[in-house]
Amino acid sequence: MKTVIDEYIRKAMFPNMWCPGCGNGIVLGAIIRAIDDLGWDKDEIVAVSGIGCSSRITGYVDFCSMNTTHGRALPFATGIKMANPDLKVIVVMGDGDCSAIGGNHFIHAARRNIDLTAIIINNMIYGMTGGQYSPLTPTGKFGSTAPYGNIDQSFDLAELAIAAGASYVARGTVYNPRQSTSLIKKALDKKGFSVVEIISDCPVSYGKMNKMKSPVDMLKWIKDITVSKKAWDGLSPDEKRGKYAIGEFLSKDRPDYTELYEEIIKKAQESGGNK
Amino acid sequence: MKQEKLLEVYQNNSVKISVRKGWCKSCGICVEFCPKDVLVPDNQGKPIPENIDACIKCSLCELRCPDFAITVEGVKEKDE
Ligand SMILES: Cc1ncc(C[n+]2csc(CCOP(=O)(O)OP(=O)(O)O)c2C)c(N)n1
Ligand code: SF4
Ligand code: SF4
Ligand code: SF4
Ligand SMILES: [Mg+2]
Repeated sequence: MKTVIDEYIRKAMFPNMWCPGCGNGIVLGAIIRAIDDLGWDKDEIVAVSGIGCSSRITGYVDFCSMNTTHGRALPFATGIKMANPDLKVIVVMGDGDCSAIGGNHFIHAARRNIDLTAIIINNMIYGMTGGQYSPLTPTGKFGSTAPYGNIDQSFDLAELAIAAGASYVARGTVYNPRQSTSLIKKALDKKGFSVVEIISDCPVSYGKMNKMKSPVDMLKWIKDITVSKKAWDGLSPDEKRGKYAIGEFLSKDRPDYTELYEEIIKKAQESGGNK
Repeated sequence: MKQEKLLEVYQNNSVKISVRKGWCKSCGICVEFCPKDVLVPDNQGKPIPENIDACIKCSLCELRCPDFAITVEGVKEKDE
């Protein structure tokens, strides 16, 4: 029997480079299982990432893939999609990658509603570079650049994506791999800009500085801080503090950028260039 | 291949659990979160399904393994 591992993983690259228990591998599993469920042809998929531990995912999937520069995965993916709208383009980003240096690209990709699927691995820290806090590090938590605790307020990436105009927005966790697979599957299948944030563990950078030394401690914490969307809606503002809703937040239909672009090209050609 | 040789297979009448020891990093996730305490760590921290008859084939160990090092076969279709 051919497993998803045989089918979608570049096995020669294994064991992977991530630290023991790092959530990146769990997200990789959720992505390939979602694609397997959809039955997509590997050759029609392009996976694009930036720089960070999470971005190494593109080296392990047996699709066409591109590991670009820090924060710029979305512009590269936009170029690929515009050049060939038939391709299915998946963008994997870290929380720093997506919401700090790449924050502007993120809101504008959502505003344009370009048909890409963005998967953000939110380990709430710059894992690769040694634990600097990111725009998604919770207030009060520690990082190598926040030795007395982070005073910033973090973004709610899902709310940001909704406000900016995305078509599909959801959040999952590495503790709930089945739910994450199903959310990713829906996002992949959705036309327009789709966002799935996966709350993940970085035991080495985040865990070490926040009194969670083991991957097991981190997964238990992730379980504790997350509540289903349904339960979340019934919580008071006080009860919501420090917690994250998980599930699907938005799924709506609106023309995607490649369609609008095609229409405008047709219009220009029909008019012979006369406005 | 080197890692294929390190594949350990455990089986009973209804389930087959394979552990790819060469890929396992002994993170402890599968052992801790197995709902039926099927798995125990060996002296290197890698899982052994000592209690395989209690396995309910939920696949959670496989789905949560960051290293694709444990697989469960004989599983019914996913419920979600
Ligand atoms: C232009 C640029 N600035 C900074 C860096 C250094 N750098 C590499 S990865 C990274 C942050 C990684 O954090 P995140 O995106 O959350 O990914 P993680 O490693 O946590 O998966 C930074 C700042 C870089 N490579 N390029
Ligand atoms: S530093 Fe953190 S994010 Fe990077 S591989 Fe290790 S555990 Fe994963
Ligand atoms: S399939 Fe479920 S019950 Fe069986 S060993 Fe894995 S986690 Fe435990
Ligand atoms: S979850 Fe995977 S890597 Fe971790 S101990 Fe179990 S088999 Fe090994
Ligand atoms: Mg990060």
